[in-house]
Amino acid sequence: MYRILKKELLTENIYLMDVEAKRVARSCYPGQFVIVKLDEKGERIPLTICDYDADKGTVTIVFAAVGASTMKMAELEVGEGFSDFVGPLGTESELVHETEDELSKKHVLFIAGGVGTAPVYPQVKWMKEHNQNVDCIIGARNKELIILEDAMKEYAENVYVCTDDGSYGFKGNVNDMLKELVNNQGKQYDLVIAIGPVIMMKFVSLLTKELGIKTIVSMNPIMVDGTGMCGACRLTVGGEVKFACVDGPEFDGHLVDFDESMQRQKMYKTEEGRAILKLREGDTHHGGGCGCGGDK
Amino acid sequence: MDVLNKVPVREQDPQVRATNFDEVCLGYNEEEAVLEASRCIKCKNPACVKGCPVSIDIPGFIKKIEEKDFEGAYQVISKYSALPAVCGRVCPQESQCEQKCIRGIKGEAISIGKLERFTADYAREHGFKPTKAESLNGKKVAVIGSGPAGLTCAGDLAKLGYEVTIFEALHEPGGVLVYGIPEFRLPKEDVVKPEVENVKSLGVKIETNVIIGKSITIDELLNEEGFDAVFIGSGAGLPKFMGIPGENANGVFSANEYLTRSNLMKAFRDDYDTPIIAGKKVAVVGGGNVAMDAARTALRLGAEVHIVYRRSEEELPARVEEVHHAKEEGIIFDVLTNPTEILVDEESNVKGLRCVRMELGEPDESGRRRPVVIENSEFEIEVDTVIMSLGTSSNPLITSTTEGLETNRWKCIVADEATGQTSKDRVFAGGDAVTGAATVILAMGAGKNAANGIHELLSNE
Repeated sequence: MYRILKKELLTENIYLMDVEAKRVARSCYPGQFVIVKLDEKGERIPLTICDYDADKGTVTIVFAAVGASTMKMAELEVGEGFSDFVGPLGTESELVHETEDELSKKHVLFIAGGVGTAPVYPQVKWMKEHNQNVDCIIGARNKELIILEDAMKEYAENVYVCTDDGSYGFKGNVNDMLKELVNNQGKQYDLVIAIGPVIMMKFVSLLTKELGIKTIVSMNPIMVDGTGMCGACRLTVGGEVKFACVDGPEFDGHLVDFDESMQRQKMYKTEEGRAILKLREGDTHHGGGCGCGGDK
Repeated sequence: MDVLNKVPVREQDPQVRATNFDEVCLGYNEEEAVLEASRCIKCKNPACVKGCPVSIDIPGFIKKIEEKDFEGAYQVISKYSALPAVCGRVCPQESQCEQKCIRGIKGEAISIGKLERFTADYAREHGFKPTKAESLNGKKVAVIGSGPAGLTCAGDLAKLGYEVTIFEALHEPGGVLVYGIPEFRLPKEDVVKPEVENVKSLGVKIETNVIIGKSITIDELLNEEGFDAVFIGSGAGLPKFMGIPGENANGVFSANEYLTRSNLMKAFRDDYDTPIIAGKKVAVVGGGNVAMDAARTALRLGAEVHIVYRRSEEELPARVEEVHHAKEEGIIFDVLTNPTEILVDEESNVKGLRCVRMELGEPDESGRRRPVVIENSEFEIEVDTVIMSLGTSSNPLITSTTEGLETNRWKCIVADEATGQTSKDRVFAGGDAVTGAATVILAMGAGKNAANGIHELLSNE
């Protein structure tokens, strides 16, 4: 069992957990992810790595309890744990392979949307630890959904918070914030790393293409094994089929076919809906009992 | 009795089994096994043994069955094979041991596979275990992957006194035996798990959830974790797709994904969380054993299933027995048919498959007649699910993170066939990682050879 050493409710339904996983903690880099499994009958759930501590042997994960499996995960307490926790998976962020000298020539902006703030955090931290000052936009629908703001401020030069409803920080979405920085505040960026909902990454990429700023996004498609074996996570990048688990999860945002990825994410919507009902109301939602023949 | 023909083996009725995941073949009972064993003429120079990739003393164990010494039969087999219950079920005996059987010249070959299966099942039911090494020799070997190659290599080395640790990337040991081959051909709880336990009973440790190349590298295993040698049995790799339009639509799966969901994640059972889309009308593209497995899985989940294969039935690479079983269960074979496009609706869901008809031309480099498109033969099949079963290409996780490991033009690891030695010192390899997708027993043969190669190296130090 991979024990949970710390659990924190960041906001509404977003949880942070430190999990004991020595091999992962020793070998992971920013940009990579893990797959967790609750118990014998659980799904394999891919989650980005939010932080890691090689000495303590812990890996920090952040997740929103929005599906049946993540809701069950949210019920786990400190001392309990996951039956499986495997990683690191995927390739590390490109930044990790550059020298401090190369990095210092770039003005880097991170754009974090919602839970996507979690995988942005270790990259910002890594940059600071390698003497790089970076900016970071954190966006969410409203104030309650902003996470890790203080943690981010520790490592980022400037943190710009924006909310769709204006309940906190700048009023507008991350693109509005980016435009404000570039057009009105005289900011210049050579590289944007945007992580958040696919729709956000799509629109950020459209804008940065206009602005001529290279953009990296981190994709989080449906996965099963996470080691290249099943191909469930395939997506189209620059007209080529790539597997997010081994070729990614980070790709050039100007080349990703976001519309296709969004369609693919809907694939198990019916099954997921059924699973959530089953979790909430017990196993009463199989066809037959009501005479309607189920929903097949 | 009829010495020319096999004692028939009992099977689940096709109509019944098409709706369940229970094992198709029921195997021999004691009486049937003894009767079948008595057909063997115990050749002095047995050809069957030469047909076996792990050289099991076949007449030896069959003789014990005939004498009703079933434990003795098991001890003979377990000298050569760590996975007899698996091999008795999934080996292509018809092209190996049974093909060479002298009885087969006039009449039917001895049912060697079914006898092996009987012996292994009997042993499991009666608690016979393989014999453990008396003492450890103080040397440590790391085995990457717990599929047939890894389990065999680990088992053989443990019997020789090595301290062996298997590293498995998935949460469950067994490799293709658990994620690939379906329950109805190879029961997991009753057959695979006990065979894995047998390997563990020899002293082999299995660490799951470790991805070599990511969680730890081969160099770290050798230099930091104190292993004296490493065997790579990491299996085949990334699923291939056709590169036709519509392939990323919702409802298109690789056979690997479909089978992994059903077999490893047990999506066919309501009490497991992983979803699977059953499909109402499914096309499985390809004609190998994996295609048959995917097709028969979809059938059991309630779909009408078509195998779409570009050559003729003669060339189907799947085992004859599998094709026969698939047909009995109601799988429809659309041969000499090749997909050119997957048709999708406005929501990007699969709604059909556009195909062309094929005819066979001159033989190609594989010796099989090359399929050629018949002009103006385009037509559409209405399906809601497409499963691509076109084989795999190599996985880069290990080769891209291990310096000095030579690969061939297919990016498979280069290893000596006799010893498993790779271009890197102390690193051996075998199975699909070396050959590309092949069979369970060939992987086991490679695991066995590598165990000998490793022993040769380490015992001379």
